Amino acid sequence: MRKWGLFLPEPSSLFDKLWNSHVVTALPGGGALVAIDRVFLHERTGASALNSLAQAGRPVADPARVFAVTDHIVDTRPGRTDKTLMPGGQAFITETRAAANAAGITLFDVNDPDQGIVHVISPELGIVLPGCTLVAPDSHTCTQGAFGALAWGIGSSEAEHAMATGTLRLNKPKSMRVCFFGTLAKGVTPKDMIMTVIARHGAAGGKGHAVEFAGEAVSALDMEGRMTLCNMATEFSAMSGFIAPDAKTFEYLEGRRYAPKGSDWDQAVESWTQLASDTGTAFDTEIKIDAGGITPMVSWGTSPENSVGISGAVPDDAGKRALEYMALDKGQRLAGTSIDAAFIGSCTNSRLSDLRRASALLKGKKIASHVKAICVPGSSRVKREAEAEGIDAIFREAGFEWRESGCSMCFYAGGESFDAGSRVVSTTNRNFESRQGPGVKTHIASPETVVASALAGVIADVRELL
Amino acid sequence: MAKPLTTLTSLPMPLIRDNIDTDQIIPSREMKSTGKTGLTDGLFAGWRYTEIGGRKADLDFVLNDPHYTDSQIILGGTNFGCGSSREHAVWALVEYGFRAIIAPSFAPIFASNCVRNGILPAIIDADAIAIMEKADSPITIDLSTQKIGIDEDQSWTFPIDEEAKAMLIEGLDAIDLSLKMADDIATWQEADRAQRPWIYLGANQ
Ligand code: SF4
Repeated sequence: MRKWGLFLPEPSSLFDKLWNSHVVTALPGGGALVAIDRVFLHERTGASALNSLAQAGRPVADPARVFAVTDHIVDTRPGRTDKTLMPGGQAFITETRAAANAAGITLFDVNDPDQGIVHVISPELGIVLPGCTLVAPDSHTCTQGAFGALAWGIGSSEAEHAMATGTLRLNKPKSMRVCFFGTLAKGVTPKDMIMTVIARHGAAGGKGHAVEFAGEAVSALDMEGRMTLCNMATEFSAMSGFIAPDAKTFEYLEGRRYAPKGSDWDQAVESWTQLASDTGTAFDTEIKIDAGGITPMVSWGTSPENSVGISGAVPDDAGKRALEYMALDKGQRLAGTSIDAAFIGSCTNSRLSDLRRASALLKGKKIASHVKAICVPGSSRVKREAEAEGIDAIFREAGFEWRESGCSMCFYAGGESFDAGSRVVSTTNRNFESRQGPGVKTHIASPETVVASALAGVIADVRELL
Repeated sequence: MAKPLTTLTSLPMPLIRDNIDTDQIIPSREMKSTGKTGLTDGLFAGWRYTEIGGRKADLDFVLNDPHYTDSQIILGGTNFGCGSSREHAVWALVEYGFRAIIAPSFAPIFASNCVRNGILPAIIDADAIAIMEKADSPITIDLSTQKIGIDEDQSWTFPIDEEAKAMLIEGLDAIDLSLKMADDIATWQEADRAQRPWIYLGANQ
């Protein structure tokens, strides 16, 4: 049976097991050469990494373990082709395709049935697995830590390094455990859990740490909720976030295309079962949060740490720059603030369960007439499955646009965006200045809060709908 | 391969704001090609020009101040380089001519991207940075002794891990370093394959 690393101290943490089992050799200066099991590229940066490798005459060491997808700038309007609204965007798609083919790696192309946002399709295809290391030149790669993997975002040069050598040179981060005890109240979601952590402990609170999410409120989440929780570990400045795998993890993965099969599967599950922090493990930092005390959250400023409970107000110590940008005042209540747009999508909240919960609240209702509302399924599979359940019809009848899958208006690449200066309630993960378009004011929140706000035309408390 | 960096003397350009994210360093809309160059016009585009997407210089922004035209060093705020992992932010800084950033803290992916592209991310506390800003005179960075100084009386040391230091000083390429360990990697993979065969995917998945 797999030993999760030699010389592991007893007791040891999930993170120690993930780390130690991948150390190829120690490096002078205290770092380690760490084996990388999976690399995932996207078309925004994939071509430059692959081309740069090719130009240096360095082959991809094991192309079978490298994947690429078109998600970031691909058009999400119906009937799409390689053309995108981003000026020059088409070249990113065609060059990534050419470079992926030349390198012999698997590409999930524009109209592939398995296309979708990288962090949505990797689990759908069983590419991420418990106990594996997975990197992508994308900061939200931590999403995939939900499967008990060590998954994190890297730069393009590191992606080249991982592809050329099957390893990365790393310094071991410190360990943190964020424990959620108790149970979530109605209308409160994993998005609110992670926003609470960041609001209380700061956007740099997880800096230098690998963060394990644990506790009964985390175990109670389904896999999609766990992905939402881990997604924003990067907004907490953590190297990654992850959750010990359990029966739900195995059930989700069994039968997925790249997941182990037959006797490999049995052997894998047996070893994955040991992937948990041993009782009595000490962490460099430990945070405890009462899940029952969490309320729906909404951001008011331009960092995810600028977030409060939905019935809260802009704090008195709010920064001037953020207030000016968001056109809000100190002490102003968030609920009741008029919005121009609503967005449901992104690697944080675009999976089938997100769309099911949102559509259940929307069913038979109409959104406020002044609100432009868009729903972008996280993958082509999510879109098909949602359509099979009639979810698309509910969204459309309520007044939402229903799109092809991709990152879409989660971020502004120079193409499509919300109107300059407009106020958007969004299920995305970043409320930075101009993240969703020039001058766009983003309030991040759960799908439930976005739906409640779209219906009311103002930032609204979903609990009033329940 | 990055240019080696041993010592550097330059007037530092102050841009002391906390949480400067990579979207501010180079907005996504300014990444117009798949290459690593042609990015200088996009550097700090959101702050540098009077209009989004425009090219008319906003003279209030420090990058447009002729006093700092030759600056190779930036004085920054905490959590410098947070946000998206896009390496274009660092490529744009390199292409523009910056060789060092001094800040109280850096986002980890950004700091690692800096080192790989020959930019020193030097961690110095905010009080010292304020002194350097106020002095508004050239400073000297000596990477071998890990010192930054305005003059003999006013200098500070900064931490940097051994490997990052060696890579910067010698302009080394990390991939070449690691490829020298190809035998270790192959041995490790062989042992791992026996234990986790499912990690090693075949061609017909
Ligand atoms: S959905 Fe948004 S946050 Fe997620 S990978 Fe795409 S651009 Fe990044």
